[in-house]
Amino acid sequence: MSGTISKTIEVPVVDGESERYSLRMGPQHPATHGVLRVDLELDGETIMECNPQVGYLHRGFEKLAESKTYAQALILTDRLDYIAAMSNNIGYCVAVEKLLAVSVPERAQYIRTIVGEMSRLCSHLLWLATHALDIGAMTVFLYCFREREILLDLFEELCGARLTFSYPRIGGVRQDVSRYFVDELQRFLDMFPAKMEEYETLIDTNRIWLKRTVGVGKLSGAEALGLGLTGACLRGSGVDYDIRKHQPYDAYDKVEFEVPLATEGDIYARYRCRMEEMLQSVHIIQQCIDQLPPGPIVGPDAPDLVMPFKAPARVEADAAAFGGGLIKLVRDQKLYISGDVYVATEVPKGELGFYFISDGNNRPYRMHIRSPSFIHIGALKAICKGELIADLIANIGSLDVVLGESDR
Amino acid sequence: MEPVAIIDQVKAEFPDEVIEGYVNQGQGAIIVRSSRVKEMLRYLRDDASLQMNHLRSLCGVDNSRRKDPGLSKFEVVYNLYSIVLGHEIRLRAEAGDTDPAIDSVVELWPGADWLERETYDLMGISFTGHPDLRRVLMPEDWEGHPLQKSYPLKGKVEWKGMIELLEKVKELDKHGFDPEGHAHGQYDPREND
Repeated sequence: MSGTISKTIEVPVVDGESERYSLRMGPQHPATHGVLRVDLELDGETIMECNPQVGYLHRGFEKLAESKTYAQALILTDRLDYIAAMSNNIGYCVAVEKLLAVSVPERAQYIRTIVGEMSRLCSHLLWLATHALDIGAMTVFLYCFREREILLDLFEELCGARLTFSYPRIGGVRQDVSRYFVDELQRFLDMFPAKMEEYETLIDTNRIWLKRTVGVGKLSGAEALGLGLTGACLRGSGVDYDIRKHQPYDAYDKVEFEVPLATEGDIYARYRCRMEEMLQSVHIIQQCIDQLPPGPIVGPDAPDLVMPFKAPARVEADAAAFGGGLIKLVRDQKLYISGDVYVATEVPKGELGFYFISDGNNRPYRMHIRSPSFIHIGALKAICKGELIADLIANIGSLDVVLGESDR
Repeated sequence: MEPVAIIDQVKAEFPDEVIEGYVNQGQGAIIVRSSRVKEMLRYLRDDASLQMNHLRSLCGVDNSRRKDPGLSKFEVVYNLYSIVLGHEIRLRAEAGDTDPAIDSVVELWPGADWLERETYDLMGISFTGHPDLRRVLMPEDWEGHPLQKSYPLKGKVEWKGMIELLEKVKELDKHGFDPEGHAHGQYDPREND
């Protein structure tokens, strides 16, 4: 991946000798956004070798999910990307619904789209806040947290939790939205675009911001795709790939929105993409509120919310033999459809994919999580080789990684 | 392209390699032998009518508790997607029963590097030709591969790195160092009760 080096950097040589040394950055470094450790080989300030180390937060979710029922494993997904837990819940639910062929009512689809986009706003605001703070802009941090607080309060009103929601459920959502929630959300949507302008006046044409971001961490579209980058990191390099458009889920095929693209592939391009995405999110939520249809919020065959689960005919016949009041579950009875699916959703960080294998049991036989952060950190090695050490911080911030999701 | 058409095209190109193709919930999947898997993936990526340029995910599966007959114990699953043409396919490659191994695809997608390391780490499938096959999520001195079905869910003994760490903490405590970070002689509300 020698092509990822955007510019050749002259290493100053004193008396024909240069000294290499290694530096261990993290895992407690505040600019690594969690417990990411980067082992660096430096020559002066130039990075000769960059080895990211992850695993400090590994909790074995894939193994753990095999011992839980589909409904129980939902809460594990909250702990993946804890900044945008709602998006992870939705990704999990959409995948299980496809696996088990569970239907979702239209109203629940719209509500999910609303909370998914709110979650995207939350994540992007936190990304902008910490990314700007890493590069040295303090004010943006406070501005972003001000607006994020409103969204978290709305989530609290909706489901009682501020970070780990478990609000979307397999086959629908947990409870209906209140009038108050919709009104407050509307007020937020009216106010937010003006706040976006505030952030942009602070940094968009700021000379320091431009010097730190324009032309730094450059990736061409083919390189980004080869490295497996998704989300704004891929769109910043000019590849038009958004799962909300390519394989629409929930209500994304019923709303209009644009996918922001940039061609430069540097940190500034990724920044612009995410900023435009926030405005598109506002646009999507507005349409969902306007179109929100009445009706039920849980499908008739949702496995965790509607009890008792529709029993197969043989089981019902057995129950009738016992006088009708008792349902006898036979061992190895197939409760669900068996088979395998891979379902991806567009979460704020990129493409979150769930690969499920069901063997007819009430637990997943295998659950693999394709987490965008893990792949993005893996790409860091190729992106940072030959860059300056100060740009490593900017690059980590720009890739928008969260270690809970990376380590699983 | 429709999933069935993709499966037929791959079958026609690699008749000896494809074991079975099927469609589940609208998603096409092909079970293949592992000997020419890299060639097949290169064909899927580069063929003009397929153009599967995005490697969505790569993971290992332990089939030992699965009831379907005739599956090899380990398999590697590749999910591919074509961003240009908007179709997808899943490739399930048999990796063998004992000492599972398969060709690495890092040459085709540099991003497969960490995905293969993860599969090696958690499932114990080794990738021939991988530039740097080490553990990635588990500690480097860990024994066993957690996602194998024979691996217990709950541990019976402490990890030896943890034992070392606890002994170190005990040692430091003798010298008046509190690992919790509280300075000694700090106000303790229990003392007044």
